[in-house]
Amino acid sequence: MSVLVYTENWDGEFKKLSFELISFAVKLAEEMQTEVVALSVGKTKDEELKKLSQYGVKRILKVENEEVDQFDPQIYAKVLSEVAAREQASLVVMADNNTGKALAPRLSVRMKAALASGVSSMPDSLSPFVIKTRAFSGNAFAVTELPTEVKIVTIAQNSFDLVEKPSEAVIEDAGVDISGMKPKTVVKEVEKQTDQLLLTDAEIVVSGGRGMRSAENWAPIEELASLMNGATACSRPVSDEGWRPHEEHTGQTGKVISPNVYFAIGISGATQHLAGVSGSKYIIAINNDKEAPIFDAAQYGIVGDAAKILPKLVDALKKAKSA
Amino acid sequence: MNILVCISHVPDTTTKIKFSENNTRLDTAGIQWVINPWDELSLTRALELKEKSGSGVQKVSIAHVGPASTEPTIRKALAIGADDAYRVDTEARDAYQVAANLAEVVKSGSFDMILCGIESSDYNGSSVGGMLAEFLDYVSVSGISHLDVENGEVHTTRELDGGCEKLIVPAPFVGIVQKGIAKEPRIAAMRGIMMARKKPIQLVDAADKEPLTVIKEFEPPKPRPACKFVDPENPEELIELLQNEAKVI
Repeated sequence: MSVLVYTENWDGEFKKLSFELISFAVKLAEEMQTEVVALSVGKTKDEELKKLSQYGVKRILKVENEEVDQFDPQIYAKVLSEVAAREQASLVVMADNNTGKALAPRLSVRMKAALASGVSSMPDSLSPFVIKTRAFSGNAFAVTELPTEVKIVTIAQNSFDLVEKPSEAVIEDAGVDISGMKPKTVVKEVEKQTDQLLLTDAEIVVSGGRGMRSAENWAPIEELASLMNGATACSRPVSDEGWRPHEEHTGQTGKVISPNVYFAIGISGATQHLAGVSGSKYIIAINNDKEAPIFDAAQYGIVGDAAKILPKLVDALKKAKSA
Repeated sequence: MNILVCISHVPDTTTKIKFSENNTRLDTAGIQWVINPWDELSLTRALELKEKSGSGVQKVSIAHVGPASTEPTIRKALAIGADDAYRVDTEARDAYQVAANLAEVVKSGSFDMILCGIESSDYNGSSVGGMLAEFLDYVSVSGISHLDVENGEVHTTRELDGGCEKLIVPAPFVGIVQKGIAKEPRIAAMRGIMMARKKPIQLVDAADKEPLTVIKEFEPPKPRPACKFVDPENPEELIELLQNEAKVI
């Protein structure tokens, strides 16, 4: 038995997300009285792989065949199912991000393994295996039993704390047989967002809505975000108006995020918007309408004109930082 | 080229979600049912491609898994402009069982492009598209934010965490679609609603597949504590609370 973690690297480097996955798996494996095995697909240096062992994993398998240079869900699902079978994994853990969404369902069918996606809490019980999944766009949790022998869980980013547990890890080649498998899609162009904190990775997000009135008023939002090493976001009307790029749209049909702190500025808090941010640990709202539904979701609020309050908030933050 | 758009039937987002029978079932009283928002965007894009000259798209069909009571949602999709529909006559129980049933529809026809929304707004599993592709052993492209057909060749942009890739995809394939694919969902016009009444809905027998997961009950999200209001003249207080009370900045 084992818990297999699919760790994701970006050009050979791990992000906090992969350490969250390991922390979650190590904690769970202790309760299940089993071991964690980490799988890394794509070329990664051993010293980078060793970073995973900081969080308690003792065995790391890598797949560096040229067949995995391009992300092809069919090939990747084959790699995962082969490794999971060989390691006798009873649980496979991955992230509920674009990669996990592309891979986990394929793996589920391949292994006839029940899948729980977007998990943000530890299982309610291990035997039977019962865990809460996000349902009705954040309006409920579905308490779901995974009765199959192999189970797959994808976890929401930023939902589990990192637990440092330095250990010595063995790194091995996974030795999967995928020679001759070729991606059937052809990649024509790759665009990467580099040197930029991704909205989904950010622990602090400063988001503006229609109440900001125009694209020209975004400077204090950007300043506030950068002072806290956070990312900027916006509500749907703002991206529809073209005031901000579509990548920043958070909400039901945009990005679903769960940062530690979410500043909703000039956002009324329609159901569709809350569906994308209700997983945030703290919501801070600034809005001139004290009846706005965003205040029902917020822990801290200021009723007033964002244009007047923001500069003062930026000054106060600067002062607090230099103190 | 024929496109099959998979449609899920979900409560309207503004509907208040309630549960019945000791929180084990969705209380359907008063629910307004709609086409899942991402599926609506897929359908819109499929129709745009069909109308585009030289695209080679001949037909846009829709597939749905659900009992007869869900037919109004299928009629809505036909009114928006789909040519015909397939309904697998069984209750949708989990993503695995739904995907297995959709696979039967795909096998019964001749489709080059199968589109699924990235998630449905009810169970949010983001699973059906990928599962369907694996059942069929088809190529799947997930997180598609742009889709085009030029001279019979399918071009997509897929969103990755931290970037995007432009791909050429061979048919047949399953495209899993997210925001960006179409600007606004298309709305049915009166003529479309009239025509939809005559469009065929073909019934498909349910596949012999059981679900893999069991929902034991539903839980409401944890209630958030009441909002603490800070004086707008004194925003320093907010910074002070975030630093010393919440300890988050």
